[in-house]
Amino acid sequence: MKLIPLMVAIPLGTAFFIPMVSRKNQRVPDLLGNLCTFTLFLLSLCLIRFVPQVYFMGGWKPPFGITLVLDGLSSFMLILVNLVTFLITLYSISYMELYTSKLRYYSLLLLMLAGMNGVILTGDIFNLFVFLEIAVISAYALTGFGTEAEELEASFKYLVLGSVSSVFILLGIAFIYSLTGSLNLADISQKLAGEGIFQSPALWFAIILFLYGFGMKSAIMPFHPWLPDAHPSAPAPISAMLSGLLIKAAGVYPLLRIFYNMFGMGNLSQKFIPQILMVLGGISMAGGALLALIQTDIKRMFAYSSISHMGYIFLALSLGTPLGILGALFHIFSHAVSKSLLFLTSGSLEYVLHTRDIRKMGGIEERMPITAFSGNIGFLSLAGIPPLAGFWSKLFIILALVKAERLGWAIFACGVSVLTLGYYLRMNRYVFFGKIKSAFRRVKEAPGTMLGAMVLLSLVVIFLGSLLIPPVKKVLLSPAVHILYSGEDYVKLVLGG
Amino acid sequence: MEFILCFFLLMVGLYAVVTKRNLVKIIIGLAIMEYAINLFLILIGYRKDGIAPIMTSTMDRVEFLRKAVDPLPQALVITSIVIGFGILALAVSIAIRIYERFGTFDINEIKKLKG
Repeated sequence: MKLIPLMVAIPLGTAFFIPMVSRKNQRVPDLLGNLCTFTLFLLSLCLIRFVPQVYFMGGWKPPFGITLVLDGLSSFMLILVNLVTFLITLYSISYMELYTSKLRYYSLLLLMLAGMNGVILTGDIFNLFVFLEIAVISAYALTGFGTEAEELEASFKYLVLGSVSSVFILLGIAFIYSLTGSLNLADISQKLAGEGIFQSPALWFAIILFLYGFGMKSAIMPFHPWLPDAHPSAPAPISAMLSGLLIKAAGVYPLLRIFYNMFGMGNLSQKFIPQILMVLGGISMAGGALLALIQTDIKRMFAYSSISHMGYIFLALSLGTPLGILGALFHIFSHAVSKSLLFLTSGSLEYVLHTRDIRKMGGIEERMPITAFSGNIGFLSLAGIPPLAGFWSKLFIILALVKAERLGWAIFACGVSVLTLGYYLRMNRYVFFGKIKSAFRRVKEAPGTMLGAMVLLSLVVIFLGSLLIPPVKKVLLSPAVHILYSGEDYVKLVLGG
Repeated sequence: MEFILCFFLLMVGLYAVVTKRNLVKIIIGLAIMEYAINLFLILIGYRKDGIAPIMTSTMDRVEFLRKAVDPLPQALVITSIVIGFGILALAVSIAIRIYERFGTFDINEIKKLKG
């Protein structure tokens, strides 16, 4: 029996099952939600053994039917998404007591998870769009979950910008279909390789549409305005989910699949697409970091920091070398866990102190040692202090830049890293150190499940470097890099041959 | 010619989303954009004097392949209409909630967030 479809079926089923069974009891949604995400996490670990595998939906072979493809990259992303989601649902048990309807919360959260797992697994470009929409529509709803004025405003802004980008992605898919007559990623890649299609202006228009659409979804700098509003407005676990996972699963991952596996990075360099990606990445890195320096709202600062780190990922993936891809993938993982940890920390601070303004906090370490610990681990990791997760990924990105003979960019990346350290130190000084304010002299540490989730996530951040130990690397990272770097193997895997 | 008109429709929608100051008009703009794309998808599979892609036992296979329109874009359009419906429903419900909080649909007055 093949287990791949369960990754989508379980969260989708549970999402609709929860509202049916738990009208009265408030504990049932907690239990079901956590059980579901924990099962999915275990399943994603089990699936490593089955890589590579292809599942044909309804038994239809490609290019006619929809395929679900489990290769190195999908398995890598599945583990990341399901691990972080499990810890986030664990955190939500206490945190979501602040809001009224847990039932709808878990329902929407699991829908978003189903969408993300679907995007990661699918091998069909239109199916990718459908799963993408499932994920982002639940994200729009969750952004406005508190239904306060600011939250609704942010949600509407996110919805309008998000739907415009979705429309452009769909237009791109329509162009690709009209040129090749196929929707299967591997089949399209084969058809594009055969003829002189790369002379067609329509194809380049489609590429630009994808670049804009997925650039918007991953909040790269000229397309970023929704992110600093949407991410802080959502409840803290959802901020962690949006900033840690959604911008990667719905933004960078489809871009990687389409640009590397479908078009092929070599073909794209005819018209300077890698250079465009590189410049966009550079603008986001510097712009995000500079804007983060002046923020006083703690969650808004983290949101700008996300933009800056997405820039790193774009810079690394534009290189197209194995080391660059490795850096990008590792940075996706390390940024996802570190940023989720930081957002959960900010949620814990908000839960206890009822404010998000860093100028009003101070000396919190004294009263909330565990929150302070996880906050420090998260910020040290993102600032790139060894031996935490962020250090290794930044090291690989900078090494890849040096090896590709782009010394200027390497120095630039180091410089932005210093800026990152700067704004996190500023946050740290305001929030955790210094003299404690009299109003907070009696505050207590946050509830147990929240702390548990934060400590587990901190441990992941601390020991993430172990992914680079050769036996572990051979199982997880190397197949992911390989499948992106050699597009022919992906085509062979899906179409058989 | 049809494609140019279709593109024009898309631009009308984009114009409404970018320049209008009223939430409802922005939502209408979004809807127009979605319909433009749906129309475009249908036009990809369209064939002049084509027949519906349903094959009956009396038809000749070669004749059928020559005349029938492409059914796949039609399936895509149905899916994309459903997605568009979901987005519109959510957008309208958020707009109603915004009206309850702010008492206005004007986006110049809805700006509590900044930075």
